[in-house]
Amino acid sequence: MFKNIAVYPWASKLLELISRVNLAFFKPGWLLLLLMLLSACDGRPWNNPYPRGEDDLNIMYSSFSERPKHLDPAQSYSAMEYQFIGQIYEPPLQYHYLKRPYSLIPLTAEEVPRPRFYDAAGNQIADDGAIEVAFSVYDIHIKPGIKYQPHPAFAKDKQGNFLYHNLGRDKIDSLFTLADFTQSGTRELVAEDYVYQIKRLAHPRLFSPILGVMSEYIVGLAEYSKTLEKANRSLSGDGTTRYLDLNRYPLKGAEVIDRYTYRITVKGKYPQLVYWLAMPFFSPVPVEADIFYSQPGMAEKNLTFDWYPVGTGPYQLTVNDPNRKMELVRNPNFHGETYPSEGGDGDASLGLLKDAGKALPFIDRVVYSLEKENIPLWNKFLQGYYDTSGISSDSFDQAISIGSRGDIALTEDMKEKGIRLQTAVNASIYYMGFNMMDPVTGGYGERQRKLRQAISIALDYEEYISIFANGRGIAAQGAIPPGIFGYIPGQAGINTYVYNWINGRAVRKSIAEARKLLAEAGYENGVDQKTGKPLVLHFDVTAGGPDDKARMDWYRKQFQKLDIQLLVRNTDYNRFRDKMRNGNAQIFMWGWNADYPDPENFFFLLYGPNGKVKYFGENAANYDSAEFNQLFEKMKNMENSEQRLLIIEEMNEIARRDSPWIWGFHPKSFSLYHSWYYNAKRNLMANNTLKYKRIDPELRKERRAQWNQPVLWPLAILALFLLAVIVPAVMTYIRREHQAPKIRRAISP
Amino acid sequence: MLAYIIRRLLYAIPILIGVNLITFMLFFIVNTPDDMARMQLGMKHVTPQAIEKWKAERGYDKPVLYNQAENGMAVITNTIFYEKSLRLFVFEFGFADDGRDIAHDIYQRMWPSLAIALPILIFGLLTNITVAMLLAFFRASYIDVAGVITLVGLMSISSLFYIISGQFLIGKLLHLVPISGYDTGLNALKFIVLPVLVALLYGIGSGGRWYRTIFLEEIGKDYVRTARAKGLSERIVLFRHVLKNAMIPILTGVVVLLPLLFMGSLILESFFGVPGLGSYVIDAIRAQDFAIVRVMVFVGSILYIIGLILTDISYTFVDPRIRLS
Repeated sequence: MFKNIAVYPWASKLLELISRVNLAFFKPGWLLLLLMLLSACDGRPWNNPYPRGEDDLNIMYSSFSERPKHLDPAQSYSAMEYQFIGQIYEPPLQYHYLKRPYSLIPLTAEEVPRPRFYDAAGNQIADDGAIEVAFSVYDIHIKPGIKYQPHPAFAKDKQGNFLYHNLGRDKIDSLFTLADFTQSGTRELVAEDYVYQIKRLAHPRLFSPILGVMSEYIVGLAEYSKTLEKANRSLSGDGTTRYLDLNRYPLKGAEVIDRYTYRITVKGKYPQLVYWLAMPFFSPVPVEADIFYSQPGMAEKNLTFDWYPVGTGPYQLTVNDPNRKMELVRNPNFHGETYPSEGGDGDASLGLLKDAGKALPFIDRVVYSLEKENIPLWNKFLQGYYDTSGISSDSFDQAISIGSRGDIALTEDMKEKGIRLQTAVNASIYYMGFNMMDPVTGGYGERQRKLRQAISIALDYEEYISIFANGRGIAAQGAIPPGIFGYIPGQAGINTYVYNWINGRAVRKSIAEARKLLAEAGYENGVDQKTGKPLVLHFDVTAGGPDDKARMDWYRKQFQKLDIQLLVRNTDYNRFRDKMRNGNAQIFMWGWNADYPDPENFFFLLYGPNGKVKYFGENAANYDSAEFNQLFEKMKNMENSEQRLLIIEEMNEIARRDSPWIWGFHPKSFSLYHSWYYNAKRNLMANNTLKYKRIDPELRKERRAQWNQPVLWPLAILALFLLAVIVPAVMTYIRREHQAPKIRRAISP
Repeated sequence: MLAYIIRRLLYAIPILIGVNLITFMLFFIVNTPDDMARMQLGMKHVTPQAIEKWKAERGYDKPVLYNQAENGMAVITNTIFYEKSLRLFVFEFGFADDGRDIAHDIYQRMWPSLAIALPILIFGLLTNITVAMLLAFFRASYIDVAGVITLVGLMSISSLFYIISGQFLIGKLLHLVPISGYDTGLNALKFIVLPVLVALLYGIGSGGRWYRTIFLEEIGKDYVRTARAKGLSERIVLFRHVLKNAMIPILTGVVVLLPLLFMGSLILESFFGVPGLGSYVIDAIRAQDFAIVRVMVFVGSILYIIGLILTDISYTFVDPRIRLS
């Protein structure tokens, strides 16, 4: 057939033209297509983003949305960063993975420490309230034999000298990552490492976010911070890279007792300390690593604690490319731990105890890829390239179907893929606050209370959750979310100023009742009876997102129910924070995520001496009720007991009556897991849950291949379409080329 | 030519100082050093003392532009502007506000940006010129009209639409390439295909129209008529004469972009998970990391100035009548 081409000059012209122009243009494209075809010969999906050869390996694939700011346990304070360092560093305590309510168990400690109490004279006293406790002493015994991950900071020569503690700038200039150090070593974890880290909280160059809080409790920490500042200033040369030897400066509140025991002394009673002991802030840090990283020139190469953590946990960070991916690999020196053999109600039937007693961790390697946008993240999860996923608003309808009774289930598509859903109410609260220092919305008189109560009724948070959160949340009855001691479900736990208990559920009071309260407050029909002017309130927000206009309209509508005009004062986040600090906001939205599962961590947001304007604290509403403050001071130091619960109920009643917040809602998180992902149970407090997770790589490989077969027919259609466009164009071109001489001939004499 | 280049480089110094000054003023109108400290120290338990310490440690505890408390030159030199700017001019970029080495970050991130931007530039140029040439060849015909309408349609659609549709169609439905991500070496190839295709499709509308206009302007000139009068075919007229003479406006648009290829694309990189410099800038602005913003604006300005000088030099190659003096 192709022989006949020579007969048709236009055809040969066409081929010539294509070869000159189009093929030259598309050559790289053809090469790429060829490469792709070749790569597809083994049946591996073309769209698999991971390197060839990883498909059968015991690797978990996850993502992160922004680069971690800090991996140093003295500085890191976000859930995103904890997903990495929680697996590397081991504080003395941890949360039981399965049991609820959340309970602390030992991690590297022999047991959960019990405090001893002392009076001001230093005499040990009983905790019976007879004598005021001046100091609490916690002795923490750690398990012997625990070793650090391999790290060059521990490497020694034959004489026992550290190989890399005195490198000099020249040598450091030729090093770029930890992998460039040929030797590594380890050593046993000792009590001194924990004390060293507590001292690091006061390091003048680290800016630990909890230094302020801990200085209030740990004996001598505030003074220690000043001592270190002075010492830092006296360091000669470039103070930013020189090693500040913390061991030269003792800290009274953190002492080494023996090789495996250290002591923390706190002022008064502070039972919440044990929760802090389960956070990375109280992880061990080896002094060798600090000396190693403090060498001049290391920071310029990102060879720091912030880049390369050094821990004793089940994993070590081997790839830190926060622009692209992070990789955790099993720590060969991990001391060993087994999967829990006890769980909460129903855990056995869910298969969560099948691995009981087995050695942890199960997964060899975890690859976290940077994924900034929700759409690619969601699609890659559906293709099987991520093992778990949350659900963004964009993909909610695709994943979840809500029945006529409000029951939540996975859609058929999800079920077909074997995807499983888990929901959990977060230990968080989003609330709308009134500035209690404001002359209109603030104050503690009956008039102001009733105004706030009326608005609390009018703001229908059930509707808000349904519209703006796809039903992912529960309306809050007070500050304490479910799962935290002090939360009371059912009728006994409702906010009686906003809800009635009808037919076994909390029903928001009517607008008529709210209007009545408003009238009693002196604002009948939204008009100030004193001045005759309409009541105008100001809502200070940072509403820059695409959904925010609808949200603001919704808020206006809620206030309109009471004929109150709501003026939205939109601003950027910096200015908003200024307003909050200066007390210039009137009504605002705020949120809080629990540090630990204790009511103190929520009620302190309403504690007067924690006010934002006067004391720079976290009490954004500047609520300051003498009776609430008194009860808080009593409750915060108590162990969980019936007596504590009674006080909490009393505090709830005061706060609900005063209504410094419209209690808002506790968000609910929805998590999806593929069928090859096992032992998934939401634990909102623990940071080190990766070691319990298990995957089945074979099943994953099979499913990926099944779900990602390349579809080629649209490419053929596209090629035909292009041909249909190009051929007439080329023919026209050839015709014109052939016409030209004729015209020329026609006009020549 | 050397004297010209040196003169242009010297002119660049006041430009860079000006750019730096404007960046400073714009940044500090929106953010105060206190805001920066709060952003870095986190949302919880931040005390005023911690903020003051952070500012002192990072050198943000001084006045921004003018230090009234000082005398003599110190009123200028003992300010944030002077101290932070001086190092930039000797290319010491220092550390980001979260303590990471900016020069290292830039070096790491410029390659992925380049890996995306270079094929987009080369294939984009070829595609746009090819399309424009075809339309110029078929000018005033139904192909030209249909082509222009298509191009206007293509350029009227938001780039986000192309990105999301490309990911949906090619990545999700056809399973031909990964939806997003990046890898090093040859493995990067499969991640580059989709963003490059999307960028080509998005750019063809405006690029094709722009080059078509240039070619049509050239086609109307006397030398083209002369070439045709000599009996040259339209293909030779277009490729040998029109294209060569249209190079000056093409070079003006292209050469100036060459150094900026390192800077990356903000939206493409973000959606396709490409760890380039475009997303680096966006992240820094979000995190109020002034150290990075300042360096990136400075580097961008330098590259732009280099681009302009290169453009001038390139004119001398394509048009022998032009002399740089």
